[in-house]
Amino acid sequence: MRDITLGQYFPADSVIHRLDPRVKILSLIAYIVLIFCTFNFISLAFMAAVVLLIVLLSKVPLKMYLKSLKVIIVIVVITSMLNLLYGSGEPIFQWGFIKVTWEGIKNAIFVCVRIICLILFSSVLTFTTSPTDLTDALERLMKPLTIFHVKVHEIAMMMTIALRFVPTLLEETDKIMAAQKARGADMESGSLITRIKALVPILVPLFVSAFRRAYELAVAMECRCYRGGEGRTRMKQLHLAGRDYISMIFTLLVIVGVILMNTFLKFAV
Amino acid sequence: MSLLSVKDVSFVYSQKTPFEHTAVENVSFDVDQGDFIGIIGHTGSGKSTLVQMLNGLLKPTSGSITLDGIDIWDKPKEIRKIRFRVGLVFQYPEYQLFEETVEKDISFGPMNMGLSEEEIKDRVHSAAQFVGLDTELLQKSPFDLSGGEKRRAAIAGVIAMDPDILILDEPCAGLDPLGRDVLLAQIYRYHKQRGNTVLFVSHSMEDVAAVCDKALVMNRSRLEMYDACDRVFSQGDRLSAMGLRVPQITAIVDDLIAAGFPLHQGTLTVENAVHDITEYMKKEGRL
Repeated sequence: MRDITLGQYFPADSVIHRLDPRVKILSLIAYIVLIFCTFNFISLAFMAAVVLLIVLLSKVPLKMYLKSLKVIIVIVVITSMLNLLYGSGEPIFQWGFIKVTWEGIKNAIFVCVRIICLILFSSVLTFTTSPTDLTDALERLMKPLTIFHVKVHEIAMMMTIALRFVPTLLEETDKIMAAQKARGADMESGSLITRIKALVPILVPLFVSAFRRAYELAVAMECRCYRGGEGRTRMKQLHLAGRDYISMIFTLLVIVGVILMNTFLKFAV
Repeated sequence: MSLLSVKDVSFVYSQKTPFEHTAVENVSFDVDQGDFIGIIGHTGSGKSTLVQMLNGLLKPTSGSITLDGIDIWDKPKEIRKIRFRVGLVFQYPEYQLFEETVEKDISFGPMNMGLSEEEIKDRVHSAAQFVGLDTELLQKSPFDLSGGEKRRAAIAGVIAMDPDILILDEPCAGLDPLGRDVLLAQIYRYHKQRGNTVLFVSHSMEDVAAVCDKALVMNRSRLEMYDACDRVFSQGDRLSAMGLRVPQITAIVDDLIAAGFPLHQGTLTVENAVHDITEYMKKEGRL
């Protein structure tokens, strides 16, 4: 249980780690949009090269990235198969109702590479940014929404608390499971229904303790006069540094590059 | 033959990862039928890991644990049977209560053992009696009980399985002085009446000295001492080197011995100390 890595932050000393989290989030959004705006093989290959470069710069072991890809491999295979089989145009290969067209092959490759790039880009963000930095940055980025009376600070605070309590609750689950096993609870055998029933002795104490913790935390926050985001200053100020401007310029160049490749190399494939 | 025999047992958490951490290292000891053993040691000395191995919740990384001469991991599929024979009460056991009524909660263990309904009822009632829970409380929701009552209900849940060996991991933590005295007395009475073996993890030297026959001292994942209580507590210097201390009364008597009074080293209770001192004073003709 304790081995589950949630939040997935992987501490290392790299340029990407040191970037301002706001820049990272905005760049991620830009790259995701770009991935879906690649209309030919050259711009697609270009985006793949960009993602590889960033992955290498992050100094996170490639094994970690492969692990995150493993989770979605089924989705990749299924969607590329569907695209392969349902392409329109002249069939180059036909067997019964199965027909493969150039269009289908092209679509399958596109879908496959796009999903992989998508996962890699978002993994870079989660691997190189600690959860607290992420919520901090989201809070800052969502600030304009306050004019629509969105409680931005409160939302960010809830996210921080939720992330903070994931490991605590996992540990708690571990303990409760051990305690019930010591009383002979059997969680490994039996039919589906008996197994679901076997979860009750774990879930009830877990919920009770989650509510207790929530209550205690609320009291503790009130004792320290927490009153929401208004007029609140932060201990950790986010400042844009030289490397952040460089990374923004890099992102802009990639955007321009993809647009150019899309327009001028329309007939390349 | 000893009831429970621990041989060269080690336990490593998260083996082969950067978080590798040895919690128990090469520990060997024997527990005889009817022993009442206090397990003491600093926070993080490996006590809790050790007791979780004794009932098969954790599997030793190396070494063996035998119960009645049979390795408990001989048949991994039947490890539950070991857990019924070696009952473990966790620290803060009140957080494991989950049923609608106290009675149902105490029945959880015996139910898992597959006992008949009458047998379960009998066991629940006698377990509740041992920990001093009133019969009327049995029909209440466990969440309506007071902290001390919850603790006792949870302990009853393990006692109801009638284990040959009862292990309690810091059962008195967080209780008020009266509550802990009462609970200690109940555990002691349970041990005396049923003749069962009890292992008792504690931070309080006074508690261990008051009820246990033997003391097992863990220090930095290793077994440091395992002997009769008075012999362990007569080595005050060794204990304080480990960040532990002897019971207050033992320390006072030790100081008196150092000042030249002929008293017994390793005196564990105030009663014994009073007895020795009055004897001495009578002999000297001062009383």
